[in-house]
Amino acid sequence: MLTITDLEKVYPTGDKALQGVSMEVDGNEVVSIIGPSGAGKSTLIKCVNRLTEPTSGSIVLDGEELTTLSKKELRKTRRDMGMIFQEFNLIERLTVMENVLSGRLGYMGSWDAFRRNFDDEDVQNAYEILDRVGVGGMENKRVDELSGGQRQRVGIARAILQRPKILLVDEPTSALDPETSFEVMEMLTEIAREEDIPVLINIHEVELALDYTDRIVGLTDGEVVFNGTPAELDENARDTIYRSGKSREETGTESQPQSQNESSSSGISDASKEKSF
Amino acid sequence: MSYEGSTTWRKHDGRARAIRYAAIVVAIAITALSWRALDIQYTFVVDAPRNLGDLLLRMYPPNLAYGAEILPPLVETINIAILGTGLAILISLPIAYIGAENTTPNAVTYALGKFLIVGTRSVNVIIWALFFVVIFGTGALSGVLAVAFRSIGFVSKLIAEGIEEIDAGQVEAIRAMGGSPLDVVVYGIVPQIKPAFVGVATYRWDINVREATVIGFVGAGGIGVYLDTAINFFQWSNVLTILIAILGIVIVSEVLSAYLRKKVS
Amino acid sequence: MGSADPERTGGYPSSWERPTVFYSKNVKYLVYGAIGLFVLWSAWELRPSPARLIGGADAATSLLATMFPPDFTPEARGRIWTGMVESIAMSIVATAIGVVISIPIAVMAAENLVPRPVYYVGRALVSISRSLHELVLAIVAVVAVGLGPLAGVIALVIATPGFFAKLMAEELEDIDEGQADAIRALGGSPVQVLLYGVAPQVIPRMIGLIIYRWDINIRASTIVGIVGAGGIGVTLLNSFDRYEYDFSLAIILAIIAVVMFGEILSAVARRRVQ
Repeated sequence: MLTITDLEKVYPTGDKALQGVSMEVDGNEVVSIIGPSGAGKSTLIKCVNRLTEPTSGSIVLDGEELTTLSKKELRKTRRDMGMIFQEFNLIERLTVMENVLSGRLGYMGSWDAFRRNFDDEDVQNAYEILDRVGVGGMENKRVDELSGGQRQRVGIARAILQRPKILLVDEPTSALDPETSFEVMEMLTEIAREEDIPVLINIHEVELALDYTDRIVGLTDGEVVFNGTPAELDENARDTIYRSGKSREETGTESQPQSQNESSSSGISDASKEKSF
Repeated sequence: MSYEGSTTWRKHDGRARAIRYAAIVVAIAITALSWRALDIQYTFVVDAPRNLGDLLLRMYPPNLAYGAEILPPLVETINIAILGTGLAILISLPIAYIGAENTTPNAVTYALGKFLIVGTRSVNVIIWALFFVVIFGTGALSGVLAVAFRSIGFVSKLIAEGIEEIDAGQVEAIRAMGGSPLDVVVYGIVPQIKPAFVGVATYRWDINVREATVIGFVGAGGIGVYLDTAINFFQWSNVLTILIAILGIVIVSEVLSAYLRKKVS
Repeated sequence: MGSADPERTGGYPSSWERPTVFYSKNVKYLVYGAIGLFVLWSAWELRPSPARLIGGADAATSLLATMFPPDFTPEARGRIWTGMVESIAMSIVATAIGVVISIPIAVMAAENLVPRPVYYVGRALVSISRSLHELVLAIVAVVAVGLGPLAGVIALVIATPGFFAKLMAEELEDIDEGQADAIRALGGSPVQVLLYGVAPQVIPRMIGLIIYRWDINIRASTIVGIVGAGGIGVTLLNSFDRYEYDFSLAIILAIIAVVMFGEILSAVARRRVQ
């Protein structure tokens, strides 16, 4: 479905955000990316739909290479990737309905978009999705009147209305309180299963990753250091993900090869095995 | 410790006080020098309040019958303000676009934008009116253009600031969904700058009503033409009528624009 | 597209209309239509004839041709200097007198310091001063005291409370009442309350406002001459009347330079004071 190979991202400042990242998302699995702040989680997600331009490497979605697409082709392909954002990124001063229907913008002419002349079917679907995400009846409210949890639900509705092939989710809960976080994650994964689409989700709280995702990818300093099921994420693996960046600086290079080996034995080889199938 | 603290504080206070007194002395000296430079005869100054009073007495009472006669030029004044503001906004949109740090294509266009904003703002409406009267002759057309050009700097500056405050996340979301550049503008940018835009338009219109009352002094239309004429023909009660009328439309437009700005937020 | 099939869509409505601030869509279009018509009518009222627009193009080219290069000969520079010095002197004198007159008006227009009737008188004075453009005041002042800088100074003095007293009154309304009460509690007279309880709180702000108003008065002082009230504006109007457009351009450039310099100076000074 989505195959990322040797992805590199170097920012103009010289910061290496991603270094040779390779991973896959398949079928309808929910894959989470975890790692300390600044590990490159957001960069990775945003490279997939090229909100951030990758420096090198390859991203293939459904057999299509994304990194070489022209602007026009990219716009077309972006319709297949629904994105849910950390800060919701809803159009604050427009109504809930306009926000949800804006998920169809990629399919509409500019004039229709300007006149808010949406397709009948899209409007019906929008009502239905709003009900499903639990904000039915709020379609005429302006987004800036909603709570954080409600906003993220609208964000999910907008992404689903795109009828995407994959959902890209960037820290969906870090602007929410713990209880709402669980609700939103629950709903997000449930809807993805109902729609039968895979999810690539970058998440800060390991607990949520354990509870709601099928596979976990650990990212540290722009490198994949873990790739496995939640069951495989033991203390050791956690240490690798969350401490190795630090220990590399503090304790020198000794622990580095070891942790690298460990992670590649548990994770990357898995991924390459899957690839060879 | 506390004693030490208090001496340093006093020392500092003493110096600050000396600077303050020096500043006051310099300010007074400059004012006195300026007064000398103006070379105004003292007797004129003494007579000024009486002359102003005499003039007001001659003006009173206002000529109410004349009120109906100046209705058309009053409407013209408001029209000049509306069209001048509208034209200014049309011209300002591209200037604001290149004058905002986050949308301007490159450093050269940014500098050009800033230059246009500062340049048009520094030239008073009456100077613009002088120019346009030379070009298009007397009449409201010159007035509209003068008001419009005068407003460009103000309007584009505030719209550019509105654009600079845009939340990039909303723009990003529209791009992420495959929206075209036009969709990005219509959904990502317009809703965000709409309040700033309406605010600027109504606020500037309010200022322009005031500006439109004076461009008639150089023949660029509006109530100013009538005020100039009434003064030249020593029709003092008509002058007072016009002054009251100007006061009226300026205050009404101020209230109206404040109401509209409050409504759209 | 089968969009009307209620079975499949679970009976959800297939159309949605954006709620408006107006009562209904029709009212909204009516209001927009009315505004549109009014603007069109305004444009129609002021419509220029094509001949005038074409003539305008010719006039503009010849105007630009005469304007360039601007006339900065020593003689022209001398006249600009004289006019500019007069303008700046007018702005300084007018600011000084204007501020002195504005302070009592500011106190009158501060809701928390004076009885209601006085407050209304204060607000009315501020409104009148604000509403009349400097040039309207100048043209009236010229009639009263004759041509020359005195008329300009009077116009700027009268225009000053509209800005200065208004903002000053707002500062006064924002003061910490406790300090004024303390002086009242000591048995201070109303004047003593103002001097010891109020003044120390607002003086830094006041100096900032004085500099700001001076900046505005510089701008105004360069144009009041157009109605004969002294300063560089007189020189500018004369140059237009004599078709010396190259000299006009030189004057305008000088005005822009002075206005910008005043703006920068005022911004720097205000930052240092506050």
